[in-house]
Amino acid sequence: MRRMTWFNATSLTLGFAFLYLPMLILIIYSFNDSKLVTVWAGFSTRWYGELFRNEAFLDAAWVTLRVAVISSTIATALGTMAALVLVRAGRFAGRTLFSGMIYAPLVMPEVITGLSLLLLFIGIGLDRGIFTIILAHTTFSMCYVSVVVSSRLVSFDRSLEEAALDLGCSPAQAFRLVTLPIIAPAVISGWLLAFTLSLDDLVIASFTAGPSSTTLPIKIWSSIRLGLSPEINALSTLLISFVAVGVIAASLTSKRASLRRQAEERAAVAA
Amino acid sequence: MRRFALIAVPYLWLLALFLVPFLIVLKISLSDIAMAIPPYTPTLDLSAGWEGIKSFFAALDLENFEFLTTDDLYWKAYLSSLQIAFIATIATLIVGYPIAYGMANAPDHWRPTLMMLVILPFWTSFLIRVYAWVGILSSEGYLNQILLWSGVINEPLTILNTNVAVYIGIVYTYLPFMILPIYSALERMDESLLEAAEDLGCSRISAFWLVTIPLSKNGIIAGCFLVFIPTIGEFVIPSLLGGSKTLMIGKVLWEEFFNNRDWPVASAVAVILLLILIIPIILFQRNEQKQREAEG
Repeated sequence: MRRMTWFNATSLTLGFAFLYLPMLILIIYSFNDSKLVTVWAGFSTRWYGELFRNEAFLDAAWVTLRVAVISSTIATALGTMAALVLVRAGRFAGRTLFSGMIYAPLVMPEVITGLSLLLLFIGIGLDRGIFTIILAHTTFSMCYVSVVVSSRLVSFDRSLEEAALDLGCSPAQAFRLVTLPIIAPAVISGWLLAFTLSLDDLVIASFTAGPSSTTLPIKIWSSIRLGLSPEINALSTLLISFVAVGVIAASLTSKRASLRRQAEERAAVAA
Repeated sequence: MRRFALIAVPYLWLLALFLVPFLIVLKISLSDIAMAIPPYTPTLDLSAGWEGIKSFFAALDLENFEFLTTDDLYWKAYLSSLQIAFIATIATLIVGYPIAYGMANAPDHWRPTLMMLVILPFWTSFLIRVYAWVGILSSEGYLNQILLWSGVINEPLTILNTNVAVYIGIVYTYLPFMILPIYSALERMDESLLEAAEDLGCSRISAFWLVTIPLSKNGIIAGCFLVFIPTIGEFVIPSLLGGSKTLMIGKVLWEEFFNNRDWPVASAVAVILLLILIIPIILFQRNEQKQREAEG
């Protein structure tokens, strides 16, 4: 017996208003003509124009995009491997250390991760730049990917893979033709997670970036430290809509795909 | 051979980029500050052979940790981080529980949408979500404008750059971490238990306290840890919303490193922070394990 009482309706309304109003206000005021962010002076898209003429922001966006694409792709490969190790490899020397190193970065404060990586890069004499940010982002996001993928692997019906092997597939073929398509939704959401984590990261990037490799969050940070800025509102609106469209599209397609795959899995088992 | 490569590649990556950096932090926390690049001694000189290694270990000491106990800035910052994280966790629970409860009692066909609405902010930039509150809470911000206009107050409230703003920021950004585990505990709950309690003469409110709360206990505990643990080391929220009086250890570490350039002390601050975090992390894992065993 589910009850939709006035209490539940109120708490949901207030709760979601709390979650979404701040972002809604940010979006509305990004179309404000005034330089004073909190004073409404009529509708205008001038700050979007200013934003696209601002070379520093465009450069930072380009750096961020490259770092996010490369680091999330490597992190997805490494994270999927790590998940296979955690779920499938059984016992091996140093297994406890391995799973500890997968889970520890998830709870490690960003300031410590950033500090330790910076000290490593200085210690081995690696010049800081895009490359070091990619190394840093890959390291923490591969752990998130491996958690996402291993939760899918745990619920995976291994008899499908065994059937493929019995029917003459090599282990590599069985992985490519059976395992990978089944865990693909988890791998894709792992990639998306790694991508957004990289896109979003300020603290670790600040420690590991060099002077010539300012990412978008670092650029945003240095300008909001000085106070509100209408350009940042415009930029935030673009980022929020980019993410919203992406997440909604991804969840719709993955839902459809997983329904289809479940049906196929059932059909395969029944047959 | 394939199995070996599968294990070795991620293993070596994590060893080189997670474990080794951490050992370096540990080592530097035991070193002395120096006017050099890098600004600390001793540095390990392997070319000097065994003598080099011996003198390296001989030069390590606990001086920086002693320094942390003599300057009360540090232990005050640790205590105030714990306190802020604790109060913010309770506040997040109070805000999050009714939302999770409302979601669990919503009609079935609403729930996927509600779930999505809770998760969506988690995908949007953390920095931007914190920044959104600067405009709301500042003295000429939207909140003060509304309150002044409606006549509730005559003078603008000072909220930005106080601990209150930090609490609001934490509740706002960490709310999904609280809602999701509580929601999943409430959703699994057997509704007939509530009916039984009511049939046996419980009022709705006492049935809530005696049945619903205990059954969602694991969700509450998980949610609280998921908020409490990352909040202790938080840097962005206290720097952007907090004031000069807001002491949080993540901020202290950042300033020690970037402004004072005292690497050994910054490393010692990091080591102590990790030692503090170990306790809640172990408690959290034990709770998760208990829950898994109860289900399995």
